[in-house]
Amino acid sequence: MQFLDPFQITLRALYQLLPVWLSLAVVLGASFAFRRKLGLYGQILETGPGLAGLLLVGFWLFAAIFAKWIMLFDPLGQIAEMKDALPGAIEPASGLPYLFGGDRLARDVFGRVVAGSRVVLVIAPLATLLALSLGITLGLPAGYFGRRVDALLSFLANLVLSFPIILLFYLLVSPGILETPIPYALAAIFFLFPIVLFVVLIWSGYKARPVQLAIRLAVTALVGGWLFATFVFDADPLGILRVSPSTLNIFIAVALASGPGIFRIVRGLTLDIKTREYVLAAQTRGESPWYIMLWEILPNARGPLIVDSCLRIGYTTILLGALGYFGLGMPPESPDWGTTIKEASRFMRLYIHPALPAALAMMSFVLGLNLLADALREQSLRD
Amino acid sequence: MASFLARRFGVMALTMLCLTLIVFYLVNLEPNLKKLAISQTEMHATSEELESWLVKNGYRRPFLERYAAWLGVWPKSPNVDPKTGAPSPRFQYCDEASTPVFSGVLEGDFGCSTKFKVKVAAKLGPALRATGLLMFWVLAIMVPVALVIGVVSGMREGSRLDRVLSIVSIATTSTPEYVSGVVLTIIFATWLGWLNGSAASATGTGITFYNFTLPVVTPAIYGMGYVARMTRASMVEVMNAQYIRTARLKGLGFFAVVLKHALRNALITPFTVIMLLFPWLLTGVVIVEVMYRYQGFGMALVDAAGNNDIDLLLACSLVSVTLVLATQLISDIGYAYLNPRIRVQ
Repeated sequence: MQFLDPFQITLRALYQLLPVWLSLAVVLGASFAFRRKLGLYGQILETGPGLAGLLLVGFWLFAAIFAKWIMLFDPLGQIAEMKDALPGAIEPASGLPYLFGGDRLARDVFGRVVAGSRVVLVIAPLATLLALSLGITLGLPAGYFGRRVDALLSFLANLVLSFPIILLFYLLVSPGILETPIPYALAAIFFLFPIVLFVVLIWSGYKARPVQLAIRLAVTALVGGWLFATFVFDADPLGILRVSPSTLNIFIAVALASGPGIFRIVRGLTLDIKTREYVLAAQTRGESPWYIMLWEILPNARGPLIVDSCLRIGYTTILLGALGYFGLGMPPESPDWGTTIKEASRFMRLYIHPALPAALAMMSFVLGLNLLADALREQSLRD
Repeated sequence: MASFLARRFGVMALTMLCLTLIVFYLVNLEPNLKKLAISQTEMHATSEELESWLVKNGYRRPFLERYAAWLGVWPKSPNVDPKTGAPSPRFQYCDEASTPVFSGVLEGDFGCSTKFKVKVAAKLGPALRATGLLMFWVLAIMVPVALVIGVVSGMREGSRLDRVLSIVSIATTSTPEYVSGVVLTIIFATWLGWLNGSAASATGTGITFYNFTLPVVTPAIYGMGYVARMTRASMVEVMNAQYIRTARLKGLGFFAVVLKHALRNALITPFTVIMLLFPWLLTGVVIVEVMYRYQGFGMALVDAAGNNDIDLLLACSLVSVTLVLATQLISDIGYAYLNPRIRVQ
């Protein structure tokens, strides 16, 4: 078997990632040129950690988008003679190299890391969004009304928070539970929250303008209904998206694990902001409580929430990896980083090349998000 | 204070009750009971045989009755052989009473582990001791290093040292146990051969530097950055306070101000952060124990969950929820104790 030398491997990997470099150059170049007009985003570009964070996150984002062109082999395809191949081994039939070598099941490690970014970058942000809508919808009333509402919701949040996460995952993401209605019931409840949030948001904001209200509500109902049908029942009327029950299960488990944390943050922010003058002014004007919560308090809580969301996507990625590492939820052949690390770490005494790329990928993506969050926090504190 | 404690303990008891009820419900779902029956009976048992095993061992009694019996507020009735009418114990390894008795968690009976074929207490005792040891060493490494990093970088905000240490802290918080574990094992076990990539020998022959360093360092790295960041933020806030400026202006040296005036106030936040870190550490310990094959609480939990070992799983969740709630309580009391402004209220 022929091998590429390390220099050729590096060159070829850089070449394969060309779409990523090009898009990064275009996006960052454009952002840099217009940075004065881009507000907070523009300011981040001028700090070292912020730029590094953007580069790392952008790298993985574009890698996920252009995965099809970057990969040299099918991430699930096995070519028997490439089993445990060392990095740079050239596959004889096609003449293309296994850049980072082959794994135990003779699959291309390079392609799998790139394909893994697709799984992670779809699930982590979406699950975080779901948890965010959960936390906002429940955290605002808990902080604003206080008393019984707060006592009950806080108790529930603390209940979930005192669950050891691994146990929660083992109980909720087991294959057996898919035979019961529990995941679907939980999904139906969870996916209702973003819809309710948007409906209340539009209702309280556009009550005085019936035409605007009707248009916006209709759009929300259509988009919300489509997503609800797609995710909860796996019955996309348009046939674009498919969400398998096990993926849905991961969504729920991750949203359940990080929802209460967001709830506590939103509640704390609401407690703080509701004593401000502009809230008192709105109360004196006779605005409804939901208008005050969603149009006065929420926009003013956005700074800390954006920072927290950034951190939380990273944390969700780590949780996803843990799920994969314990072999929960993800199909065993899934290329996601956690599963890859689990599979590869069993044979680490013999071969290190299948484990290292996934581990570094996980680390660099989370590092990028954390650096970004840090830069955002620094910049928003400065204003 | 007394009424505060009474309320807190009331909420804690309620939380434990709800949580165990949820766990009890989830482990008794039909697919999970099937899994248990399959693992406990012979290979290739028919579905009738599985069903009869479940009936025989009392898994088909009413749900709430079984929960109450587990809790110890309802008598645990012995299994009766349908043919002879004589009581027949469910499991050989677990001496069960032949008459109905109150024998649940409240009475100190945690039940039988179907996976390890011993009483739960006999399994969980050594496991908890092993994990306690691991956690002790993790904290003993993590906390001092994190505090030093945090204090040093918060001491002079914006200095080059501060920036470098901040990046290091952020990098460690981005490295979960299963990532740093892989990288550290590759470097220190596969390449250098200085350390053992497995702690399996720690259970039998005792812990040594060789087999215990990686399991301790791996979770310590992940938690360190977080504590250091919190300490830094707290230190920065204190260093900008009026009384620090006063102390500097009256001519005290920089390090005297840091040691005498700033540290005490700056360490209140890290204390609560470290206390609240325990639940998180517990998750990390589970991963680390599985990764390095260390026979502790985490391995017991994973084995119990993988085999639907009902009693062991319930005991595990009880242990971890107790840890979570107890550390929350300690952090609240400690915060009030350390911070006079809260104490007066």
